[in-house]
Amino acid sequence: MSNPTHKHIKLEGELEKETNTINIGPTHPATHGVFQNIMEMDGERILSADTTVGYIHRAFEKIAEHRPYYQITPLTDRLNYCSAPINNMGWHTTVEKLAGIKLPKRVEYLRVIIMELARIADHLVCNSVLGVDTGAFTGFLYVFQEREKIYEIWEDICGSRLTTNIGRVGGFEREWPNSSFEKLDKFLAGFPKVFKEFENLFNRNRIFIERTAGVGSISADRALNYGFTGPNLRATGVDYDIRAMYPYSSYEEFDFKVPVGKRGDTYDRFLVRNEEVWQSISIIKQALEKIAKEPAGVFHADVPEYYLPPKEEVYHNMEALIYHFKIVMGEVPIPKGEVYHSVEGGNGELGFYLISDGGRCPYRLHFRRPCFIYYQAFEEMVKGELLSDAIVTLSSMNIIAGELDG
Amino acid sequence: MEKITLTKEMVLQTLQNNFGNIFSNIEEPYGILTATVTKDKIIDILAFLNKHEILQFQMLTDLCAVHFPERDKKFQIVYHVHSLSNNFRLRLKVDLDGDPPKIPTATIVYATANWMERETYDFYGVIFEGHPNLKRILNIDDMVIFPMRKEYPLEDNTRTDKDDRMFGREPNPLFKPLI
Repeated sequence: MSNPTHKHIKLEGELEKETNTINIGPTHPATHGVFQNIMEMDGERILSADTTVGYIHRAFEKIAEHRPYYQITPLTDRLNYCSAPINNMGWHTTVEKLAGIKLPKRVEYLRVIIMELARIADHLVCNSVLGVDTGAFTGFLYVFQEREKIYEIWEDICGSRLTTNIGRVGGFEREWPNSSFEKLDKFLAGFPKVFKEFENLFNRNRIFIERTAGVGSISADRALNYGFTGPNLRATGVDYDIRAMYPYSSYEEFDFKVPVGKRGDTYDRFLVRNEEVWQSISIIKQALEKIAKEPAGVFHADVPEYYLPPKEEVYHNMEALIYHFKIVMGEVPIPKGEVYHSVEGGNGELGFYLISDGGRCPYRLHFRRPCFIYYQAFEEMVKGELLSDAIVTLSSMNIIAGELDG
Repeated sequence: MEKITLTKEMVLQTLQNNFGNIFSNIEEPYGILTATVTKDKIIDILAFLNKHEILQFQMLTDLCAVHFPERDKKFQIVYHVHSLSNNFRLRLKVDLDGDPPKIPTATIVYATANWMERETYDFYGVIFEGHPNLKRILNIDDMVIFPMRKEYPLEDNTRTDKDDRMFGREPNPLFKPLI
């Protein structure tokens, strides 16, 4: 029944039934990326969330069907751009698996270093931005300085920072310069202190725990049913890590722990990522020790049919010229077959399902993009929660718009 | 419970014991057991794999379509299921004919199939019967084509400045203009 004098003011009891529809995104300062959610709200509580994705879809799968294999690496950069090297390495290892290329151990260890640096960078972005979303800006500033150091290492190795296009099928494009190893040593010496400080700011912080514990939780069963992978799945207590279960790039030789959470909420996801950063540091240290025992200067496999010869040889050597021409034109001998290969990306299982018909381009390439697959659980995770919790949940799921939309 | 190592023979045997001899093209490309099944059985098989107490295929890792315009059955849906407890992957394929091709939805077994099927519908026009919300997901809603089908070129082929013949290639006879 309406108020007789003010017909828009409802009487007691009716007010609680009224719901509002609000729109968040596609560009909203609280959602880091292009996400749109139309939410049905009962006061501050979310009744339903309708998610729209696809705002930055760039048709990578279609483009990949028209590009030679080595030209697909830059596409993978733009999936999860917070940890582009993992995507690059994932693509290289897929093609190497298909073509049956064996890499020298030193190259695999170098790849492990670059992938673990990328994982650290990815987790730093996710966790520090989660801090920002809960109102703690300081931690973000601390670790972004360290992330900058990781980018400087990448810059020394491949010349670019965000979309790295690092490595080639068969190895790296060039030997890592000494400066990159020096920077890596400096990073390994300085970063743990900063990261410890970051953890001190958050891990036992009463405000942070109250904002995150029990927020956006999901059970292990539901998470598996929704195809969760990576830290989000591990936060629910399932110790699934591709590095341990399907080792690639010699991960089986490394000693590391797979941290798991218990309740699958935002706080657990945060802690799992933090612990993974420590494990990554340990893996990098182990890799550096292993590299010291390997013959120096080896940075690619001896596969002239796939790996570009040095430029000076191209001018003086007939074979080198032929291989150079064939590789640049995309005429490399790729066997027929289908292969599914996955790597442990920053936010989950990044899979490549590749069908080759022996031609110069893939017949079909499907990217299994982890956040596309688990973002659909968002509605279930935020239902009945507060709006501010939904923002925190979104942040802690590490959804990267580039990967989401593919 | 005693831990057993799941082998490809065991999985295949269990499936054949329960569903009979409906598995064809059994291969193992790059270590993943692959089999083709019929579309009326696929959901039963997925549900069986998911619920089976030893196999425990808890996760649908990936679902995608492939277009083979030169085949009789032009579309293929590829399911990658994964048993985390046994560390075992299995790939199931279903060949589809007809236009639009139709297949029952897997959302009743795996919640994750929801968006994967929407993506497959969006790009290939495969109708997943019984899907709760089968609409486009990545492309714009007004789009009338299914762009990942092979007959649609990467670029707008109304362009005249790029001629495939200049690069030693014949133009793809399947290509249709977009407009």
